[in-house]
Amino acid sequence: MSASRKLLLIGGLMLVLWAMAYGLWYALFAEHQHLEGMGASLVTAFTRAAERNMTEADAAMDAYAKRKFAYVRHVDVHSHWGGLSLLLIIFGAIFDRLGFQERTRLWLAVTLLAGSVLFPLGVILQVADQGWLPRALAVLGSGMVTAAMVFVAWGFARQR
Amino acid sequence: MSAQRLLIFGGIALILIGMVFGDIFAVFILHPNADRIGNQLLEATRAVAARDPSAIQTHFVRIGHLLENRGTKVDTHVHIIKFGYLSLILALIQPYFALAERTRKRWSQLFLAGAVLLPVSVFCIHYVGLEYSPFQLIGWASITADLGGLLVIVACLGFLSGLWRYLAGSHQTTTLGENLLRDQSWATRTLLAGGTLLILAGFLHGAYYAGVYRDKHEEQDAALLGAMAERAVAGDLPAATEAVHQYGSLQGAKAVHIAAHSHIIEFGLMAILLAFVQSYVFLSERWKRCWVVIFLIGSVVLPVFVLLELQWGLVAGGIADVGGLLVILALTGMLVGLCRYSGGLDAQSGAVR
Repeated sequence: MSASRKLLLIGGLMLVLWAMAYGLWYALFAEHQHLEGMGASLVTAFTRAAERNMTEADAAMDAYAKRKFAYVRHVDVHSHWGGLSLLLIIFGAIFDRLGFQERTRLWLAVTLLAGSVLFPLGVILQVADQGWLPRALAVLGSGMVTAAMVFVAWGFARQR
Repeated sequence: MSAQRLLIFGGIALILIGMVFGDIFAVFILHPNADRIGNQLLEATRAVAARDPSAIQTHFVRIGHLLENRGTKVDTHVHIIKFGYLSLILALIQPYFALAERTRKRWSQLFLAGAVLLPVSVFCIHYVGLEYSPFQLIGWASITADLGGLLVIVACLGFLSGLWRYLAGSHQTTTLGENLLRDQSWATRTLLAGGTLLILAGFLHGAYYAGVYRDKHEEQDAALLGAMAERAVAGDLPAATEAVHQYGSLQGAKAVHIAAHSHIIEFGLMAILLAFVQSYVFLSERWKRCWVVIFLIGSVVLPVFVLLELQWGLVAGGIADVGGLLVILALTGMLVGLCRYSGGLDAQSGAVR
């Protein structure tokens, strides 16, 4: 088996296991609490507004927005790591069909794997830090995966 | 039946069930549910204006139930299809698992058991609730769903151990999988090329959505909820109602973009996976080509018209549903071909023993 296929297959299988374990952890220990928290914040915001206490209503609305921001990213990360890992495994099975030298294929495999790890990582880091670094990481990761996909499509088009 | 054929059959069946479920969910639950959520939000806004906190509590409890109903249906649809893909992938890479056929079958059965248990349990969450549960937040349906996930993880670890042994030099494999990978038929090549292009289109749409709309939508989400409460406090009910309608439109716009992004990528993945099981589809070349073309047409129609729902409304929604039906029809055709397959390839590889 070529090094590029080995990297994609092992990397993809490790990533799918990681994505499933992450989903299992999230469903068991965090999702219900997140959903309960979002609902409670929204009820508090509207209740305080009915009591004409707008300071607390605004604070509860901010809490809701923060919880929803985190919830959306947790779900996104689980689905993107899972989806990208499936793509890596599929490519791992057929990468030798690409009409490129093994050296080029290896670079493409490295780019695909690194992008597939970095993109969701950048997304989930935004929960802890809403600065530029996690966003840059997410953009870099998604750019790497998309660019590599263009080359993979080209490689399949000129397959041997 | 060999482990590979079991995984292929199970995978396509899971995808088919997931898609039929998705169509039923979209038509009968998704749209009526969105209207009910909007109505409850409107009532909650009126309760704010009427200074009635107890009514707010009641309306949000109802919204919570409606959202749980929606969320568990989406989760069921997504997980059953994803497990279908994983099943096909595991079938595809069987040559690299240095395991005895009996062990492969056991891991495959365990995988499929988990792949059925998780979505069925997730579907039941809304109906079972916390009845007889020993926990405060998690009900029995959630516990069995997690057990299903655990079974899938254990089965994947079992297969991973086979890959590890393969890489360590134990080449106890069949030649069947390699034959699948070498298939160069028209159906295989078309599905491969079409699938890669669909995934690429999905990536580009996802990047566009994330870059142009995502942050804006998140800001608008909280701002509109705040506006509902503030306008109700000010006694301006028509303006508060307008904010509720805008919130509904925003949720619709978000859902449409996410659905288009995920469906086009999913169909691309499915096309690539189906490319490799064409040797198992026991149909004439003409029928194979027919199902491939129908599958690819449906794969483009569904996400494109889902996106057009923002401009064309229900007409586009109806055409998108037709796209989904085309994909279901093509998958059923391929599944029939799989059922007609007599096991010749398994016999060649010795996997049936």
